[in-house]
Amino acid sequence: MPVIRTQQAVARLAPGDTLEVCATDPGALHDIPTWCRIHGHEILSSTRTDAEVCITVKVK
Amino acid sequence: MTHAATHVTQPKCVVLISGGLDSMLAARVMQDHGVHVEGINFYTGFCVEGHTQAIRSEARDRPKRNNALWVAEQLGIKLHIVDVIEEYKDVVLNPKHGYGANLNPCLDCKGFMVGKAREWMEANAFDFIVTGEVIGQRPMSQRRDTMPVVARESGAFDRLLRPLCAKLLAPTLPELEGWVERERLFDFNGRSRKPQMALAEHYGITDYAQPAGGCCFLTNEQYSHKLTDLWQARGERRYELEDILLLKVGRHLRPRPHFKLIVARDDGENNFLLGFRDRYTHIFVTSHPGPIALIDGEPNAEDLQLAARLTARFGKSREASRVTVEITDRNGETQTFEVAPLPADQVPESWYL
Repeated sequence: MPVIRTQQAVARLAPGDTLEVCATDPGALHDIPTWCRIHGHEILSSTRTDAEVCITVKVK
Repeated sequence: MTHAATHVTQPKCVVLISGGLDSMLAARVMQDHGVHVEGINFYTGFCVEGHTQAIRSEARDRPKRNNALWVAEQLGIKLHIVDVIEEYKDVVLNPKHGYGANLNPCLDCKGFMVGKAREWMEANAFDFIVTGEVIGQRPMSQRRDTMPVVARESGAFDRLLRPLCAKLLAPTLPELEGWVERERLFDFNGRSRKPQMALAEHYGITDYAQPAGGCCFLTNEQYSHKLTDLWQARGERRYELEDILLLKVGRHLRPRPHFKLIVARDDGENNFLLGFRDRYTHIFVTSHPGPIALIDGEPNAEDLQLAARLTARFGKSREASRVTVEITDRNGETQTFEVAPLPADQVPESWYL
């Protein structure tokens, strides 16, 4: 689900915009960067705590 | 010069990418034909992909990757993930072609997904749809007699190409139009994986998700049993996303018809279930390390005692004579109990779903 939500959010943004995604699913830490790479978006940062992962995406 | 190259514009296909080898190969074959390829993947809520392996701690040695995304990256194609959770309910609840061995409505499911791919194809001005289906590979949805059913009921008709077994089927539009060369497609047939593995080797593909593992929880007997139990307990056949996600996680025990317990099996599941604690009455053993348990249903005071004792037997407290347990209801009100863990011989096998 985090990837789908990211995909939906990015579709509403303009190139240059940034999006912060936070999710409890640790798989998001792998899946969202992969999705960004194949669609040409940039990962600005990613962090992980015990409770959640947060990823900042720059829309291209 | 290939036929495809004679076209003014490069033909475009959308490939149903599951994350397994067959759809990966089908997409790769299309790239070989000079076709523009993009992938599509559907999220039904029942997908095995990227869920259990992300939750269960025991799967730490395996890559926590979504194989559909991974395949897309390996192939250098875009992947569009489509949320079909709501629409998919009708496929699960009312499959006109019935179920397989469990609650898997495979033929309806394939028709539905190819139909959604057709809608996407039309909306995005693509030319045809590709799947990794192989005749005889699946007992319900991938038979010679059911393949035309999928093409017809999805509305894709001859715009649906199955490159791995196309030579065994009637020519499709992409072949007739020369977008792809029929002679360079395949005639894979049956349950053997050897032809696919040989083709993977030909393309230099050495890493792929293990085949035949199944990508849908509905093919799983135990999962289907839990879903059936859910419907029986509610007195109606319906579900929400949260229901079907929770069926994937934890031990499910139903000691009484009107409530069940979902007990985390490891830290990963504990974290996952913690995210639901505001919406369910939940139990923690506070005197010893142990799992969280959620109660689904309407337990009475006696049931709470039983649920507390049952939860206590799944942690470090199992050998203790007395255990402190906190039970918090959906309003956030907490009660504390001193209980003895339920001995194994007082937990009937029939409670386990």
